[in-house]
Amino acid sequence: MNPDTSLGNAPVFAVKDLDVHYGSSLALKGVSMEIHPRRITAIIGPSGCGKSTLIRCFNRMNELIPGARVSGEILYHGENIYAPGVDPVMVRRRIGMVFQRPNPFPKSIYENVAFGAKINGYKGDMDELVERSLRRAALWDEVKNELKKSALDLSGGQQQRLCIARAIAVEPDVILMDEPASALDPIATVRIEDLMQELKKDYSIIIVTHNMQQAARVSDETAFLYTEVDEKTSARWGIMVEFGETSNIFTKPTDKRTEDYVSGRFG
Amino acid sequence: MAIQQVVNTEPVSLEPSRPASHSDSWGGTRASSGARLIGARPARRRVWRNRASAFLIISAIVLTLIPVALILFQIALKGASTMGWTFLTQSLPFSVTKAGGGFVNGLIGTAIMVGLATIVSIPLGILGAVYLVEYGKKNWLATLIRFFSDVMTGVPSIFVGVFVYTALVVRFGYGAVIGAAALALIMMPIIIRSSEEMLKLVPLELKDASYALGAAKWQTITKVILPSAAPGITTGAMLAVARAAGETAPLIMTALGSIQLVTKLTGSPISSLTLLILNGARAPYEAAQARAWAGALELLVIVLVFTIVARVFASRSRLSR
Amino acid sequence: MRSVPSLSPSRTSSTGSWKRKGVGRRADSLFAILAGVCGTLVLIALAYMVFSTTRTALPVFRSEGISFVTGSNWDPNTDHYQILPLIFGTIVTSIIALIVAVPMSVGVALFLTEYAPKRLRTPVEYAVDLLAAVPSVVYGLWGLLVVLPFFLRPISNFVSKYLGFIPIFSGPSTGLSYFAAGIILSIMITPIITSLCREVFKSVPSADRHAAFALGATRWEMIKEAVLPRSRGGVVGATMLGLGRALGETIVVALLIGSSPVINASIFKPGSSIAGAIANGWGEATGLQTSALVGAGVVLFAITIAINMIARGIVWRFNRS
Repeated sequence: MNPDTSLGNAPVFAVKDLDVHYGSSLALKGVSMEIHPRRITAIIGPSGCGKSTLIRCFNRMNELIPGARVSGEILYHGENIYAPGVDPVMVRRRIGMVFQRPNPFPKSIYENVAFGAKINGYKGDMDELVERSLRRAALWDEVKNELKKSALDLSGGQQQRLCIARAIAVEPDVILMDEPASALDPIATVRIEDLMQELKKDYSIIIVTHNMQQAARVSDETAFLYTEVDEKTSARWGIMVEFGETSNIFTKPTDKRTEDYVSGRFG
Repeated sequence: MAIQQVVNTEPVSLEPSRPASHSDSWGGTRASSGARLIGARPARRRVWRNRASAFLIISAIVLTLIPVALILFQIALKGASTMGWTFLTQSLPFSVTKAGGGFVNGLIGTAIMVGLATIVSIPLGILGAVYLVEYGKKNWLATLIRFFSDVMTGVPSIFVGVFVYTALVVRFGYGAVIGAAALALIMMPIIIRSSEEMLKLVPLELKDASYALGAAKWQTITKVILPSAAPGITTGAMLAVARAAGETAPLIMTALGSIQLVTKLTGSPISSLTLLILNGARAPYEAAQARAWAGALELLVIVLVFTIVARVFASRSRLSR
Repeated sequence: MRSVPSLSPSRTSSTGSWKRKGVGRRADSLFAILAGVCGTLVLIALAYMVFSTTRTALPVFRSEGISFVTGSNWDPNTDHYQILPLIFGTIVTSIIALIVAVPMSVGVALFLTEYAPKRLRTPVEYAVDLLAAVPSVVYGLWGLLVVLPFFLRPISNFVSKYLGFIPIFSGPSTGLSYFAAGIILSIMITPIITSLCREVFKSVPSADRHAAFALGATRWEMIKEAVLPRSRGGVVGATMLGLGRALGETIVVALLIGSSPVINASIFKPGSSIAGAIANGWGEATGLQTSALVGAGVVLFAITIAINMIARGIVWRFNRS
């Protein structure tokens, strides 16, 4: 399960006309975009516009919410992950995810990193895999002598890096990050952002962030989501307004709504 | 609110510093009429009522705690004189009227039956709780199971014994397994409900993390959810075991009781600590009653140890969360 | 429910890499079924309970008809089995227990939520929990051999001497009586009622308490106006759950109620209860008599289930408001 380096520049993900419903209410409408390999793509937008909903579509995590329904396609290396007959468990094994609040298991640091590999039947050298993953997550030096310690004893920033190591250990080629630094202090945040630049060399990263400056600092491409409202029913749903190179989105946005958002006229 | 009426009662006794120049309906209790605060008290009747009610409530506590102290004290006292190595390791003497001997046949019987009941009811109960929290959630089947589990915790334990008699004893006779079946029926609803509460406490984020790593549902349950909830589930299980060890009524018609030391699992009546205590309590002989006291001490120690360890477990696991 | 695409095993093609290996896929469904079965076991057990006992009791239901529960003639020699005195005794002892336990429990609960300083709370809660952990046979032994001779008999004799003109207090008392059983029962059900009342009182928002204090109410007035009115439903529910427990208690009543086959008007006279009669009479019963005991158990089950369901309904409605 090595990251596929033969892809060249073909998109890792191609989203085609994605709609998401929770029960009878629409949450996302008509989203289309592409995720390119070994780049960081940021998803930004005002709160409640569906950023988390969108990112959770990439690894079919939305289905864990009762009543969630997805229509449209998401092609992962050309295969539609929502095709009938596709097992979501297998989808999640190829795509890693890191959450807003660090959520290590109440086990040891070693056990946390090894968890994904163990359930996938990894037969190789587990110690080596754990060390490699912790090194890549820039956590090895701090914990190498305390691998048996409980993960809950680590600081918030360390826990988040542990979660990244845990996600990397199953050797995905994409890492999804849902506001990975919003629960961390500024110093830990900087470390995560630096780590992302390192990880970019081997993984494609999609990050949701409500922090525009972070998106501008960190990402190569940015997607801007916005909420549309139906005046009559006051139903709200998210749409993708604009998607492109980060520098363009922030300096030469083509849509007025994008321009208003990035210049801070609303939050 | 009736508070208004209360506040409006009789005049307050004030220091006689200023004669009330005009009477108002507050009786001079308002600050603007110049009454001083120091020494001001509410009406005597209200004070008295307050003190009386506090007294009653304190006496309720005292009256309730007295039996606790008395039971523990007297069982320790009366039981200690007969307690000893002999008591713990020997069976009843040939003639029940004589002193000496012990309740070891009951101890073994309790251990066997509670052990068997535990082996059956704990896995079944935990898995049932897993169904309620992870699969059924709010559907009709889960609601039904929850409701009737609650109902079953209220079923008199003697009725459980009667049922097991009609279902099993008529076919298989008295035996340890039958008694264990009755105990398991009593334990299972308790374990299901307490395990359910513990499983509900496992945070959603932990489950999300597991699923995001590509774990299947059963893997998430067995490797993340159950280990996380394990301390709380253990507490509930220990309390259920303590309860089963203290049951008497359902064993009367399923294990029947025996004066011999029995280790057979089926086909022969077997005694329990509780049954022996019951017999001793009824017997008109000094010696039998003395043994009953020692048996009560033994049983109480066992039950209290389980209960206290369970509670300590519970508070420790909450701390580490 | 989740809309998960079906795991179709027949598709090969380029999506082959997405199929889970056979074992893994089946494991999830197997586990789900296993959990569901365990949960359903409770329902099956309860249903079978009702079925099996009723079937065994049918002979006596048929031969006695409605007089099984309305008549007082219990005579094994003529094969007549009527359990009204048993029902009467069960209810009377439980009512006595409630009359004593409810004020005590409410008092203890109020103490714990309104009066107790924080440091006292935990030890008192522990002590009340200890009361709940003591097995009923230990209560029976202690009640019979200690409380009865030293407290209950003197009290009964005293009351019947001076108030004996009132029928329910008429003596003389032989010791074993409705009263004796009821008092020990009250100690046993106090922990349940107390813990439920505590939950109820705790759920009153502090804002209400502070509002009362801010108007100048004394502590008792605050309790009377802010806490108690809102708690009525919950306290009633707690009382009924305690009642359910008292109705089903076997050993204590069996040991302390005496074994009079008739209905006695005075609480100081002996009587019998359903659970007690089953426990005491089991050893010698055969044939139709056993049927009768099982039938009495069914009646007890029906009564306790009804009380418990009503109690839970009240508590549920109270929690919703």
